[in-house]
Amino acid sequence: MYDRQGSDIMNSRSILVIVRHPPHGTSWVREGLEAALVGAALGQPPTILFSGDGVLALLAHQQRGALGQKGSAAMLEGLSLYDIEPLWYDQRSLETRGMEVSQLMPGCQQACVADLIARHDVVMSF
Amino acid sequence: MVSQGLTYALMVQGAPYSQQASHSALRFAEALPAQGHRVATVFFYHDGVYNAASMMSPPRDEPHLLERWRALHQTQHCELLVCVASAVRRGLLDEGEARRHGHPHPTLEAPFELTGLGQLMQAAFQHDRLITFAP
Repeated sequence: MYDRQGSDIMNSRSILVIVRHPPHGTSWVREGLEAALVGAALGQPPTILFSGDGVLALLAHQQRGALGQKGSAAMLEGLSLYDIEPLWYDQRSLETRGMEVSQLMPGCQQACVADLIARHDVVMSF
Repeated sequence: MVSQGLTYALMVQGAPYSQQASHSALRFAEALPAQGHRVATVFFYHDGVYNAASMMSPPRDEPHLLERWRALHQTQHCELLVCVASAVRRGLLDEGEARRHGHPHPTLEAPFELTGLGQLMQAAFQHDRLITFAP
């Protein structure tokens, strides 16, 4: 497992992970989620926001992607086990892509994006 | 008046020469000392790991990004950390990994170091700012 030697300096800095890329065709979503999981393993579960094409990752009933990749749906469903919940989404990104909330997987919640960014110490985008 | 400089962590996720991310990150990092700040950690993730390719050989009339990263390491004493999981699957191996996977030559050399994602989080917690450079 991950070493925890730095835990004493990891006071309470909050991390926001923004996923901006779609789930298939590239490894962006997967690598973003892996970073978030490491944060959780170090005792600092990040907040995750899906924005832009990133909201496509939240569509329910996804299969594996092309490219022989593992896909991200199973990872997303497991995030709550690491205290990463809810899965925040940007409503505007949803609307501009013709998507509706009813199409999303369970556990998603509408975000006020500016507020989320303002409330976190560190923002990482993927 | 002396102001206290800030330490920066940069996360670079763009491949060199095909995207702007590494060029922008370098220009940002090189400009920090003039403002009294410094870059303390550069973390290469996703396709950004190709910035560490030790055999990078660009044409003479283009910027040599590997040399620029090395110079940054020398002048600002920053660590150049490369995500091991992203790097090894893309063929960027230091001496130890090359040996372990049965390859005759390393493709990544000091001052670049292979590290885990935990180091990215450490950098985020330790330094004053973290900036993402991504396509």
